[in-house]
Amino acid sequence: MHTKTIAELSHALHKREISSVELTRTFIERIKRHNGALNAYVTVTEEQALAQARAADARLKKGEGGPLTGIPLAQKDIFCTQGVKTTCGSKMLDNFIAPYDATTVERFNHAGAVMLGKTNMDEFAMGSSNETSFYGPVKNPWDLSAVPGGSSGGSAAAVAARLAPAATSTDTGGSIRQPAALCGITGIKPTYGRVSRYGMIAFASSLDQGGPMARTAEDCALLLQAMAGFDARDSTSADRPVPSYSAALNDSIKGLKIGLPKEYFGAGLDKKMAQLIEAAIKEYEKLGATVQEISLPNTHLAVPVYYVIAPAECSSNLSRFDGVRFGYRCKAPKDLEDLYKRSRGEGFGAEVKRRIMVGTYVLSAGYYDAYYLKAQKLRRLISDDFKQAFSEVDVIMGPTAPTAAFNLGEKTDDPVTMYLSDIYTIAVNLAGLPAMSIPAGFIGQRPAGLQIIGNYFDEARLLNVAHQYQKVTDWHSRVPVGFE
Amino acid sequence: MEWETVIGLEVHAQLATQSKIFSGAATAYGASPNTQACAVDLGLPGVLPVLNAEAVRMAVKFGLAIGATIAPRSVFARKNYFYPDLPKGYQISQYELPVVAKGSIEIELEDGRVKTIGITRAHLEEDAGKSLHEDFHGKSGIDLNRAGTPLLEIVSEPDMRSAKEAVAYMKKIHSLVRYLEICDGNMQEGSFRCDANVSVRPKGREKFGTRAELKNINSFRFVEKAINFEVERQIELLESGGSVVQETRLYDADKGETRPMRSKEEANDYRYFPDPDLLPLEIEGAFIAQVKTTLPELPDQKKQRFVTDYALTPYEAGVLTASRELAGFYEAVVEAAQGEAKLAANWVTGDLLGALNKAGLDILASPVSPQALGGLLLRIKDNTISGKIAKQVFDAMWHGEGDADTVIQAKGLRQVTDSGAIEKVVDEVIARSPQQLEQYRAGKEALFGYFVGQVMKASEGKANPAQVNALLKEKLK
Repeated sequence: MHTKTIAELSHALHKREISSVELTRTFIERIKRHNGALNAYVTVTEEQALAQARAADARLKKGEGGPLTGIPLAQKDIFCTQGVKTTCGSKMLDNFIAPYDATTVERFNHAGAVMLGKTNMDEFAMGSSNETSFYGPVKNPWDLSAVPGGSSGGSAAAVAARLAPAATSTDTGGSIRQPAALCGITGIKPTYGRVSRYGMIAFASSLDQGGPMARTAEDCALLLQAMAGFDARDSTSADRPVPSYSAALNDSIKGLKIGLPKEYFGAGLDKKMAQLIEAAIKEYEKLGATVQEISLPNTHLAVPVYYVIAPAECSSNLSRFDGVRFGYRCKAPKDLEDLYKRSRGEGFGAEVKRRIMVGTYVLSAGYYDAYYLKAQKLRRLISDDFKQAFSEVDVIMGPTAPTAAFNLGEKTDDPVTMYLSDIYTIAVNLAGLPAMSIPAGFIGQRPAGLQIIGNYFDEARLLNVAHQYQKVTDWHSRVPVGFE
Repeated sequence: MEWETVIGLEVHAQLATQSKIFSGAATAYGASPNTQACAVDLGLPGVLPVLNAEAVRMAVKFGLAIGATIAPRSVFARKNYFYPDLPKGYQISQYELPVVAKGSIEIELEDGRVKTIGITRAHLEEDAGKSLHEDFHGKSGIDLNRAGTPLLEIVSEPDMRSAKEAVAYMKKIHSLVRYLEICDGNMQEGSFRCDANVSVRPKGREKFGTRAELKNINSFRFVEKAINFEVERQIELLESGGSVVQETRLYDADKGETRPMRSKEEANDYRYFPDPDLLPLEIEGAFIAQVKTTLPELPDQKKQRFVTDYALTPYEAGVLTASRELAGFYEAVVEAAQGEAKLAANWVTGDLLGALNKAGLDILASPVSPQALGGLLLRIKDNTISGKIAKQVFDAMWHGEGDADTVIQAKGLRQVTDSGAIEKVVDEVIARSPQQLEQYRAGKEALFGYFVGQVMKASEGKANPAQVNALLKEKLK
């Protein structure tokens, strides 16, 4: 049961071949068996899940419910869940029980989905390996000595190891796509504004975007359908209609124009990775797509620009964690300043502190113009690169990450090398575009991901393009050894 | 050396919206602590602000009333600093691009001259909560009911040259926001407060002196006192060879002094940057045009009309138009008194305001209604009572003894206009004052007043003074 896709499970649920309670129990059992090795979940909500499953079964029995009714899911621990601990991977929120549901959580509840638990993540979504979590690193199910990627490493590992059919995730600089690639699953980061950010704990507000992770593009379409749409509680939410993401999945991609940015195939790209991506592109050519080289000339600026803007926003977003109203408070503060200093000093981990300090610096009087303002101008140039590219091609393809999963501990002492693992994903967030990562092979036993970038609000096309590839390949159906 | 004072004011007017500027929580004053703070106001993880359109409408209304430019695009920025009653660790305000820019108002100086004061900008922002330092056994309490309350910060040019001008400016802004119904102006509750930037320079020098910012002044009287204290302090400092330090100073109303809060070195670097949670505020011409149609008659226009239509002096018109409510009251009195505008102005600015002032009452709480006051004026006009008796009637009306006619009737205050009756009293007075009569006829004309007084006294004030005068003139010849 656990190897089936959501599309298959949904069919079985509606036909009453299985019940949601059985399905939920299956996954809870798997979590109990495997989570010790993976550390993918930080909270398992067994009782609540079974109650939701029973309610779903009641709806299904009456012939009601939609495609997600009774489907178990994992929520990244960045989404606020009413009455359930919401930690954001931080000691700062180790004691925080959210008093409200994030819009995404609310929408899945409304759709009748079952929440299995909350998944591990890099602290406040800051990291590319899931090693900055207060709850310890997540292991990659394909190789327990490798990282799962980050920041949505728990969600990616849970889906890859079949500890959930799907999971929510968020992407600020690649946090959906990079772990999806490293764990051999499918993930989509929608256009900025497509999915509400309300209740999603902010890292960098102008870059953060929630999206689904699942095994297939078909499942991602079902999940995104539930997540997408205008939310009056998020001023940056897009007030435009949501198309049917499933309707176009089977459209032919004959004549699809694929752009390959030459900057994504240069130095720094693992040779074997390059070969796998080229092979995937060949597959697309067989499906009738045409391929052309394009240029995104400001690609080299993406990482430096990102590491000014994201820390700037995070330094302000994380000011509310001050030990006054909720979250971690240091013991026996001497005075107000001591309360602030020690609560934040003891509550935040090293990577979070590093980014708060960088962000505070780039916004400081005398440095603002040179860093923050300059970065905003360059951000515009990066967006313009894509605008130009999409006047020539329908989608852009390339590797999601320069290498397959690296070893645990390999890059923790060298933040800049760590930051470079997001070199192909970051520009997409700066431009606010939608993009996916889909499994495209293996380097040794570690998966490789193909990134597909689309034009604004072109998620339906991305899912269609991904689905067509998945119909002729089986990388996405492979199960890591030990988790069959 | 002769010194010149330079003052600029930053007025914070709390906008009279039902809900907060970025959340749906209520703004009503006086609720128990933290009962009017929702998840957004508490700055919980994951919450987001959504701008209240009504606050924007009010800001635009103000901008139009001061002839300012309404920015087609303005930007909300975060002002970052840590304070326990600032839940998010930043205040959402407007920094580089405010919604209202470059307007002005006119104030009247003591000598009657009119002076234009520039208004640099007015921007929207959220208020912080309150820290409570009493009754918590050495700890502090935080009340976030006020957090997220919409404020319009109105920043003037450094155009004022005395504390009196500053007060006149503040009063004018106070009157304006209440005319526009965008702020209740309640200074005790903190709905209207101001900071003053004060500096001095040798008279004739163009360059401004170093300024001090006086914080949190919440009454007209305190503005004047705080500025005067500060000006004296600065002059003394400069004349004794010292120099003014740029700093923020707190006005202590109990001690009547200002003292430093924090100096420039300790000043926060607020690290302003555009709030990525809020899109730029874009205001279309059609919206501005629509708001324009909702503008009431403004104080200056009303004052001019009072001078023209009611033949009042500019001073009277100024007093009567100081608030929209007072002006409305006055016009209702004029209507009830069938157009006796001048008489109405005398009574409203004189007896009525005097009595209200003494009782500490607002015009809207006046025990004498405009209709009742108008009725009294009608009785003066038709000679039923004299002006002097009218004061007595007014006093009775004030104490709830009924309308003018009822009081006049009950107390028998009707003026005596029967010339036969008056003549009888006049004759009696002349008959018992032979000595005064002789002196008067010998040329001591000042004694005329004595006879009038005696007649009025004998008639208990009810004799018509004009008739008394005429009869006496006749009979004393």
